[in-house]
This record gives sequence, structure tokens and C-alpha cells, in this order.
Amino acid sequence: MPKTIFEHSSPGRRGLRLPTPEINTPLSDMIPTKYHRQSIARLPELSEMDVMRHYIKLSHMNHFIEKGLYPLGSCTMKYNPKIHELLVRHSCFANLHPYQPESTLQGALELLHELQRDLAEISGMAQVTLQPVAGAQGEFTGIKIIDAYHKANGNTHKTKIIIPDSAHGTNPATCNLVGYDVVELKSNSEGRCDIARLRELVDENTAGFMLTNPNTLGLFETQIEEIAEIMHSVDALIYMDGANLNALLGIVQPGKIGFDIIHFNLHKTFSTPHGGGGPGAGPVGVGGKMIPYLPVPMVAKTDEGYHLDYSHEPTSIGKVHTFYGNFAVLVRAYIYIKMLGAEGLRRISENAIINANYLMAILKDYYHIQHPEYCMHEFVADGTKQKKENKVSTLDIAKRLLDKGFHAPTVYFPLIIPEAMMIEPTETESLESLDAFAKAMIEIAQECSDNPDLLHEAPISTPVRRVDDVRAVKELDPIFKIQE
Amino acid sequence: MPYISNTDRDRREMFAKIGIENFDELIQAIPEKFRLKDGLNMDKALSELEITDKIKAQTCQNLCAQNANSFLGAGVYDHFIPAAVDFIVSRPEFFTAYTPYQAEVSQGTLQFIYEYQSMICELTGMEIANASMYDGASAVAEAILMAVRKNRLNKALLPGSLHPEYLKVIKAYTEGVGVELLQVPLSDGVMDLDKLAEMLDDSVGSVVLQTPNFFGNLEDAHKVSELVHNQAKCLLIACVDPISLAILNAPSEYNADIVVGEGQALGNSMYMGGPLFGFFATKLDMSRQMPGRIVGGTLDKTGARAYALTLQAREQHIRRAKATSNICSNQSLCTLAATVYMSLMGREGLREAALMSTQHAHYLASEITKIKGIQMRYPDADFFKEFVIKTPIPAKKIIDKMLPRGIYAGVAVAENELMLAVTEKKTKDAMDEYITAMQEVTNA
Repeated sequence: MPKTIFEHSSPGRRGLRLPTPEINTPLSDMIPTKYHRQSIARLPELSEMDVMRHYIKLSHMNHFIEKGLYPLGSCTMKYNPKIHELLVRHSCFANLHPYQPESTLQGALELLHELQRDLAEISGMAQVTLQPVAGAQGEFTGIKIIDAYHKANGNTHKTKIIIPDSAHGTNPATCNLVGYDVVELKSNSEGRCDIARLRELVDENTAGFMLTNPNTLGLFETQIEEIAEIMHSVDALIYMDGANLNALLGIVQPGKIGFDIIHFNLHKTFSTPHGGGGPGAGPVGVGGKMIPYLPVPMVAKTDEGYHLDYSHEPTSIGKVHTFYGNFAVLVRAYIYIKMLGAEGLRRISENAIINANYLMAILKDYYHIQHPEYCMHEFVADGTKQKKENKVSTLDIAKRLLDKGFHAPTVYFPLIIPEAMMIEPTETESLESLDAFAKAMIEIAQECSDNPDLLHEAPISTPVRRVDDVRAVKELDPIFKIQE
Repeated sequence: MPYISNTDRDRREMFAKIGIENFDELIQAIPEKFRLKDGLNMDKALSELEITDKIKAQTCQNLCAQNANSFLGAGVYDHFIPAAVDFIVSRPEFFTAYTPYQAEVSQGTLQFIYEYQSMICELTGMEIANASMYDGASAVAEAILMAVRKNRLNKALLPGSLHPEYLKVIKAYTEGVGVELLQVPLSDGVMDLDKLAEMLDDSVGSVVLQTPNFFGNLEDAHKVSELVHNQAKCLLIACVDPISLAILNAPSEYNADIVVGEGQALGNSMYMGGPLFGFFATKLDMSRQMPGRIVGGTLDKTGARAYALTLQAREQHIRRAKATSNICSNQSLCTLAATVYMSLMGREGLREAALMSTQHAHYLASEITKIKGIQMRYPDADFFKEFVIKTPIPAKKIIDKMLPRGIYAGVAVAENELMLAVTEKKTKDAMDEYITAMQEVTNA
């Protein structure tokens, strides 16, 4: 591994020179010494070129979309168009201050207003807040809205939210944070909600139901109408986790088929860069009866122009972000939507679905697939056959894929499929690229029987070999110990 | 169609392999009546050329800080960003990568996070930091929640000088878990220490200290800490400006237990207030109660140095409903900007930026208060780069009157109170222009 930046430090080196001070008042004349820092913060000292070389060297150790296929299921690792990056960096976006007068923000507010409207149309919802800055924060906002809705209607007895066992971990974690008990619903043999069981679980204390659609098996939840009827009969609301919305653009509007509330992951469906783990954005769309509870402010339009609207603050859940959300991420999603239009959005989902089904059609002869029906934008294969026959685990298969120049699929999730490999190729991959990935997966299936030790050793050609994450916990080393 | 490679011919080949005639066969599972019949109602699709023109027209309706003489702060600051920062952040190797779950092909991301954690700990004097929270506000909220997990005391004291937007976010984040929030009154723009002492008892789980506080004033952190730690279990949460830490007390020097803050000032553009990022650091004995991702050093199977996500048993993808937080995506790329920024600034550069910001703010304060009718709102308080003045006419009027001159006069915090912030970027000429303008608009 490269040295850390601290180990490249040499006293007196500078990566930046500031202007010569025009005012030279000593610190002690401005701020009493009791507030002064006692010991210097030992940040590294390097020239600009040394800093550049260090981080370029680190960058070479990453897998990224432009390098190769990134088939992480439910993560939607599609290509991020470069025009987004060019336009968002315009100085009159980058240097906007959140508290500058609204009259000087009209272009930005117009953009946000259009994005609210476009996302409402795509989801079939009545209104959309752009404030949440991540999918999990979108969930949090959505469940807070459900909570506010019930409380406003005097339904303070509602204590639980039902979540399928195939759900992302953020769903139960979010419900807990908002103060709800989580009741888990088992999936049926078709990989979908068990309706009979759902009827048993639902009662007057049920506040809501969180459903990912298509679910994490890549299957459309066909019984949504029945689910909506069951939930609405006790005035519970249905939340759609929009992690997999890339399958539905222009095909289904969730707000029109029974869902009351939805979050979007702009960094998945709308192609804003994942950034190595953020920043993303998690706007939330709601049906009409939940508009009063949306966070403040919304962006509103009147004859005088656009403004930040706090008028519903008395009923609102308040705020989840200091200002108005991840503006720079919202700009990118806006550009994406405007460049695609209605037909383009539909083509995105169609091709995402075709690409996933094509890969599944090839791989089903080599890997076990629990639910081999046509999938939506992703499917779940598993390594149970290889585990049983060759004592090779899904983790080994994932690591071997890294050797072949691909990122691994999402592994060991959903939890209901043993040795799961959740594969989402996305629409931006070409036929040749899918074929190359399929070829690698087939080679690996062969290697599992021919040379299982190779799999146990994998990866062998990556910047580091298999990383000991148990040691990372047992001998916790979260910071570099600066020696001076 | 941009970004889609599949041609009609490709699709035919793929359909043949799948064994279908047309696309609709793939979505049979979606009941017919759920399918959108007429397509979405969207604007006509724009080409790259057309969207470029549209966005340029939109941005031109904005007046940005670069073209204005801005004295706005209140949580988002216009510090200088070296050009090299964006060159690194713009590398697709970093910005199109996912969360570093597959460590062997994510060492670049993992190592910079490790370096980021190390720099945050060096600035704050803490022992462990996470890979980021969404913003300063949610970082304070998560700190309060962590304190509840640690000591099981669900009462938290917040200063009346806390950023008002933070207060809203903290309320939203903590009410579901049943945290009782109480506000410590102010005395001359800082926490009233007598009132704090009265409010503290063994039922208080944490006290939040923001310094510099919302009004720019420095709190007497040592005294606050002493009072807080008179209670055996009570934890001190310090919310600080990271730039200030180059010259002002590291929170470890007053024995803070958890240190959080807004990190935007470290190399990130303002972007109308987002993305921001919250930093979060604490002591090792609380590592298992922390929210968010943490990177740790380890070895690969050959014994070579490597990095991995660690203590993942705290997180939602493992622990689900019992996780320490629901956070998954954080603000990773913003922390990369911060890491590169801190590397370029180095120890001396960051000190200089902090000192120059202070010098500019103190110059502005001493000159602006020479104007008739303008006084410091908190004359006895010490301040860093931001301060509040009392104005002879309503602050909103000053803002309106200065706008045609291309000046953002500041943030109105009360009818006749205006808050001004400056950084190392502000020249003496720009401040003198402001002072002249203030003289004219308040005299007129």
C-alpha cells in the first residue's frame, strides 16, 4: 500500500500560498489567550504536486464505472454523464449562498421547482420535497410524515410498521429512529409478500407498510392493490422504498397504483455520481393528504417569481437538513431528466430490464436462481450449488470477479436467499459488456469445479490481496498515529 | 438515445436469447391496469447543446458570491478552495465509485477516508472519527442520540445560541426516540453559565456547546465543560468550526466527549447550502456506539498494509432495527475535498486562513462600529470570523438597499440586528466598500 499522506510530510513544505496579509493584528490582541489552541494541529506539509501524486496514486486503486461493469444489485451503478459535471460547476451554482436574497436565486429556485414537478409526474405523486440528502434520510422523512399524518388525525395508538424480510436494513433502522416497532413479514414461495400473513399482522395499531417495488429479488410486487386495500382499511399508509425505481420509469407511476409515499434515490435512478458513498439525494413524494407534513421550505411559484415557502410550517415535520438539501446533486438529476424526456426515461427502464433478463438467461445454466421467472431490472442468483459441490462460497466468487476486472454483485443480500448474488447490470451496459461479464461468471463456475483453491485465494491481481476485516475490528486502528 | 448502447439489432439478439418476441413479455408480472398507457407528461428531451444553453440561462438569473461582495455566513462560509481540490474530486476513480464494500478494489477510497478520520482527530484532539454525517445539524442530532445510547439519560441541553436551523433538525431527529430537549438561556450572546449550572443534574445526558456559536461568539468552553463534568454521566458535545481549530482550542483541551461540526468550509463550494458534510469524532471507549461508517487499518492475507470498513456490526445493513443509526450513504466525496484541502493547506496554511479570517472580521467590526448608530450587539463577547451588529434602521432594509450595489449585507437575525461573516478571501478594499455603503444606507 502507498504510504499515508502524513508519511509524505516534510516540515516547511507548502501546497498553497495565501495573499500577503493586509491587516496584521496579532491573535492575542483580538482573542484572549485562554481560547488559543495549545498545541499545533499536525496536518501534513506537502507541495501541491506531492499532494496530487498521492491522491492520484490512491485513485488508481479503485474500481469505478468508467473502468468496468459495476453490477451491484439495488445500487444502480449506471454511467454518470459528464455534461452534469461540467454544468453544475458553473460559478453561479457553486458560489450561491443559502441565505442570499431570493431575488438573486431565481434561476436556482426555478430549477428546483421544475424538478419537484418532474419527480411528482414520474412517481404519480402530488408533491415532492427535495430536502432529504440520502435514501435513508428520505425514508426517515417519509416515516416522519406518516407519523405526523397519524398524529394529526388523532391516531396516537399506532405503534408499528410492517416490513418484508427482503427489505434493506435502512427500513427497520429508520422505523426505529422515528419510534416505531418493526414487524417483519415473511416472503412467500413466489418471492413476494405473503398476503395471508399480512392480514394476520395488520391491526388498528399498524401505522404503515414499507415496500420496495420491484423488491430486492428483482420481482414486481403484483399484489399491491390487495396490500393497499388491507392497509387503508386500518388507515395505515404504504411507503414505497424507491431504491429500485430504475425498473419503473414511464412504465408504472407508484402513486397511481396504491402507494401513498415514496423516496427517490437520485444517485441511483437519476444518475448522479455515487461519490464513493455520497453525497446522494433522497427526495420524497407524497399523495395529496400528506402535503401539509412535508419538510419546510418547499419551493413555490407565484406571479412575482419563485420563493422558499414556509407557510405550512405549523403542520410540517420541520427540517431534516440545515438548508434545502444537496443542491448540487439536484442540479445533476435535473439535467438528466431534461435530457431524457418521457420517452428517454421509459427507454432507460426498458433497457435496464432487458439487460438484466439477458444476463439471467445466460447465467441460469451455471448458477442456481431461486426465482427464475422474468425479472425486472435485477435478479438474484446464488452460490449454493458451488458451495455444496465445490466448497466455494459466494464471497470467493465475488473476489474472483475482481480478478477478472469486474466489480462484484451485491452479495449475501437479500438475507432470504442463502449465498445471494444480486446482479443489476443497468441500462448503460452494452451487449458486449454483458457478454464479457457473463463469460467471466461462466469461467468462474468452471474454476469452482476445476480449481476451488484458486477461488479461495482470490483475488490475486488486485492492488491488495484479500483484506482481513476481522483484524480491522479486533485491532481497531481508525487513525494514523502521527510521530513527531 | 444517449447513455444506452442497445440498438434494435442488439435487442433482437437479446430477445432471442431470453426467448421472447417483445419487451412486454418481460413485464407480464405487472398487471395491465397498472401500466402507464399514454407515457409521462414531460418536457421535450433536450440535447447536450440545448441543456447547456438552458442551464446557462438559468444560472445567469442567479447572483453568486463570486460576483457579489458577500458578508453572508451563518453556517456556510466562503473560504478559499485551492484549484487542485476539484481536480482530485473530479476523478471518476473517486466520484463514480460506490461505497467501499469490496475492499480489494476500493483501497483508494478507504485510504483517503482513513486519512480524513486522522486529520479530523488531529484537529479535534479526539481518538476516532467516522467517515461523515449529512451535515453539521444531523451530526449534532446523532451525537445526542449516541449520548442516550451511552448513558441511557434522555435529557439533552441545547444552548439558546445554537444555529436555529440545527435546532429544527435536532428536534426532528430526536423526538421519535423520546429525547427531552431543553434550552439553556443566553447572557450577552453566550450560554448563561449560572442557568446552565441550575439546569444540570443527574438526569441530563448531554449538553451541546456550539463555539463559535450561531452569533459568532466564543463560548467559555472550559467553564461549560467543568459544569457538565460535575455530573458523572453527562457528556459534553462540542459543535465547532473546523477552520477555527487551527488557532482556537482543540475540543480535547476542554475535555469534550463528542466533537461534531459542519465541514463545508474545508474545501467544499457553498452550492446554496448542499452538499454539506458533518464531521463526527469521539473517544475510543464510545467507538461501538458511533453512527456511520468507519475505516480501519488492517492487513491483507500476505501481511501487507490495507484498509477496510470496520465495526460494521453497528450499522443498518447488519444490525437492522437495532443499528446505531439508519445512515447508509454519507457525504464521502465532500470529505475527499476536505482531505485534499487540508493536505494542501497544511498546518501553516490552515492557521493562516484562520488568522486572516479573524483579522478581517475584527477590522470590519472595529470600523463598522465607528458609523453612527451601529454598535456591536454583544460588546463583551469574543468572536472569531462572524459577529452581530445593532443597526439604526431595520436589518432587512439594509440588505435591500445594499443589494443593488452588488453587496450581500449579511443575515438579519433580529429586526435591528445584522450578522456579518468574512473569511481570508475578503480584501480590505471589499470591506471598505461595505463600510462606505453602510454609512450611506444608514444615513439616507
